[in-house]
Amino acid sequence: MVKLILRDQEYDVRPGMTLLDALKKNNILPEGVLCTRNGELITEDEVVKEGDVIKLIAVISGG
Amino acid sequence: MRQHKLALCKEHFLEWVPEQTERFIEKYKMFTRSEKILIAVSGGKDSLSLWDIIYSLGYQADGLYICLGIDEGLGYSSESQRLTEKFAAQRGLKLHIVDIQKEYGATVPQFSQKSHRGRVKPCSVCGLVKRHVMNRVTRDLGYEVLLTGHNLDDEAAVLFGNTLAWTGEYLLRQGPVLPGVPGFARKAKPLFRIYEREMLAYALLSGIEYIYDECPFAIGSTSIYYKQLLNRLENDRPGAKQSFYLSFLEARKSGLFADRNSLQAELHPCPNCGQPTSATGLCSFCRMISR
Repeated sequence: MVKLILRDQEYDVRPGMTLLDALKKNNILPEGVLCTRNGELITEDEVVKEGDVIKLIAVISGG
Repeated sequence: MRQHKLALCKEHFLEWVPEQTERFIEKYKMFTRSEKILIAVSGGKDSLSLWDIIYSLGYQADGLYICLGIDEGLGYSSESQRLTEKFAAQRGLKLHIVDIQKEYGATVPQFSQKSHRGRVKPCSVCGLVKRHVMNRVTRDLGYEVLLTGHNLDDEAAVLFGNTLAWTGEYLLRQGPVLPGVPGFARKAKPLFRIYEREMLAYALLSGIEYIYDECPFAIGSTSIYYKQLLNRLENDRPGAKQSFYLSFLEARKSGLFADRNSLQAELHPCPNCGQPTSATGLCSFCRMISR
């Protein structure tokens, strides 16, 4: 499985889909996050692979 | 970046953001390289990135950090100050620090408790304090322009709120440059056409250490709610936020709104601090700290 982590929420998705599809499946607005894997920024057209841990960083900040 | 119909690698993206910023500085006549610039920095991704960009473009710019005394068990202010100081020290940049508690006797949450403005959340008091201090320091230390890190998402959200409420005075004033008038320093927002998502990418790719946690009082705020709504629109219509804001500026320039002077309140210097105010007697800030 592939893990998406946004703040303290974790989402599991099947490998083999694009990050864009993975976000949409979990009702996460692509416009609202940037995605990193192993500390590197990745784009939404990346195909997620088995064992990937994708950290999502919320774009909107307040303060 | 669907909004620009553009896809860039890391190297070219990190060139593109400063190039665009420089383009907007020139297009909107914000400031020149010979002017003394002060940047309001909070430790967040936008203001630190702005300082990084301005520095890399060769402008002489110092920073101003205002310690608001927001802790809420998270050490928010102390952590944001630490990151700002680290950023400045790494680049050999000059940073002015104003500690609200030391200077005025209370933190922003404490002022909020005492005043009518912030019985529930201190956001209104926070804005009042920041504007007052930014203006005071800019004027007193002889800076010619104050920069803030407001990005396109910030501007579009404010415009959205002002449009929902049809607050004419704010709609007339909102823009990338606020010209200086007696008592008020010139203010500019060089990042105003850059998307917040692009600024986050810039900070991450540049390796800028910024405060990731948002202000604890920002949770549930109207501005964040508006940003989320606009993001949903942007998701379906790439470029919508940019079009919304830029079309507003064009419409105002073309005379869509009433004459500014008919809506502007008369200003006079506050008898205590000297900053312009429309209030009779003391300005809002001096009234608040005198309680």
